Amino acid sequence: MRIEGRVWVIEKDGELIDDIDTDMIYHNKYLHITDKEEMAKYAFSNLEGWQDFPEKAKEGDIIIAGENFGCGSSRQHAVDCFIALGIKAIVAKSFGAIYKRNAINSGLAIVECKDIDKAGLKNGDVIEIDLESGDIKKDGKTIVKAKPMSPVQAAIYRAGGLFAYAKSI
Amino acid sequence: MPTVIEKIFQRHSKDKVEVGNTIWLDVDLRTARDFAGAQVVKNLLENYDDDYIDDPSKTFFTFDCNAPANTIGYANNQQICREFAKKNGIKVFDVNRGIGSHVVMEEGLAYPSITAVGTDSHFNILGSIGAFGQGMGDVDIAFVFKTGKTWFEVPPTVKVNFIGMPDSRWTAKDLALLCVKELKGKVLGKAIEFYGEIVDKLSLAGRITLASMVTEMGGIIGFIPPNEEVIEFCKKRANKDVEPVYADKDANYEEEIDIDVSNLEPLIALPGNPANVKRVADLPSISVDSIFIGSCTNGREEDMEAAYNILKGKKIAENVVLKIVPATRQVWQYMLDKGIMKGLFDAGAIISHAACGGCASGQIGMTGRGEVQISTSNRNFKGKQGEGDTYLASPETAAASALAGYITGVEE
Repeated sequence: MRIEGRVWVIEKDGELIDDIDTDMIYHNKYLHITDKEEMAKYAFSNLEGWQDFPEKAKEGDIIIAGENFGCGSSRQHAVDCFIALGIKAIVAKSFGAIYKRNAINSGLAIVECKDIDKAGLKNGDVIEIDLESGDIKKDGKTIVKAKPMSPVQAAIYRAGGLFAYAKSI
Repeated sequence: MPTVIEKIFQRHSKDKVEVGNTIWLDVDLRTARDFAGAQVVKNLLENYDDDYIDDPSKTFFTFDCNAPANTIGYANNQQICREFAKKNGIKVFDVNRGIGSHVVMEEGLAYPSITAVGTDSHFNILGSIGAFGQGMGDVDIAFVFKTGKTWFEVPPTVKVNFIGMPDSRWTAKDLALLCVKELKGKVLGKAIEFYGEIVDKLSLAGRITLASMVTEMGGIIGFIPPNEEVIEFCKKRANKDVEPVYADKDANYEEEIDIDVSNLEPLIALPGNPANVKRVADLPSISVDSIFIGSCTNGREEDMEAAYNILKGKKIAENVVLKIVPATRQVWQYMLDKGIMKGLFDAGAIISHAACGGCASGQIGMTGRGEVQISTSNRNFKGKQGEGDTYLASPETAAASALAGYITGVEE
């Protein structure tokens, strides 16, 4: 399973931002929204410097972030807003535990990569991620290794999410 | 030998419970709140042809985020849940009941060694009674409503030993804040077990405070071995015998971390991150605009009593707004019966209906830009409780600061 896309490096002053919580990704004032397409408008709407992300992001893009991405609340909106924008994967140094589940259950690829800050990526770079081996490549060369997806995560992702997976077993 | 989480999981799974294995877990108690509840319903209706629910007697809606609803969005979502519940024989703990994770303990639906899930990231609060609780998103919860099961990767367990006992004034919130500071980054995605004289002495309310902030430590859940008080409470509420599990002496811990608590004293988290913890005594004079006492972390009888003991017979500083939100209707009742309501009212407080209140655009209102708030809740990320700057502290520190008009600990 490979994903190729253009990256957005979520940084401030040259450092990947850590502890981006679910209120920064998708603020609680929009929690009543149940229409996924509408959620797209509010992705990163409370993250300083990134409020215009929904206008900049394109179908197929990949997000790069720091430690503990998606910590905080259990809201699925914080995953669904990215899916609605067409984001294909999030690569972070680590993820909040609930966020990780929510992403896998909705078929959004999450990639844990401790050394992603050392890969020297810039906005607009195109990378290729092999979800099973964990290889992250740029211009055909492996630049950094991520943690491969676990078999269950991979199975749910491949099926397209938890509901689809449950029907397949 | 298995740890607490491994023992609980083994009672609820046919799969091999081993760290790193993904297992299918039977879930005893399944809940959704007014936040995400409507999406749970939507997921069920969109993904399945029938609205069969695995076991309505184990399935509940608990409305607590915005209770009663003060936005049309929340009101509509609550009504979607009510109608689905009525059709499927599911009980609703409506807007008159309080915080769901507390209500399930008061109602005897949660007790030691059960497994429970809800759309509340602090559902791991059930570690306070030795039960497995976990907050999940609406896809997970819909799946659990439908099947009674969930997948879970068995996490490693970290054993935290508290060393010593403080001689000065301390609260469970100070202990929780110390843990967020000391454990953040060390327990991400892991289970915790807490040991030491200081946790043995914690009341149920204190255990709730500590367990609730495991989410901010980054942990999956923190277990506190149930003591006599907890077991008696749960037996009485559940109206049956309970079977707590305890780890074996040589349980399979990934790591042991010692935390010295002999110098524990009033602590406070600075705005922006719950891990940015300082001694209250080290802060310069910072004037406050508002104080919030409540939440799943500090909304129990004991928390209200602590605030009352500091505020009774006094008046809060001019220009300070003091908002008080009991966690549940039971707490409200206690405050009425004990004269706490009147004492807090006379001191100048606003007292709201029982619920979460402050965290998810709740009924007690938000902070405005530039507003300095002390909150007894658990998260102070930017924007979480409005646009102001939120400090996190104990009810004691919050009440003392309400009197002073600036951030201060309790004077001896």
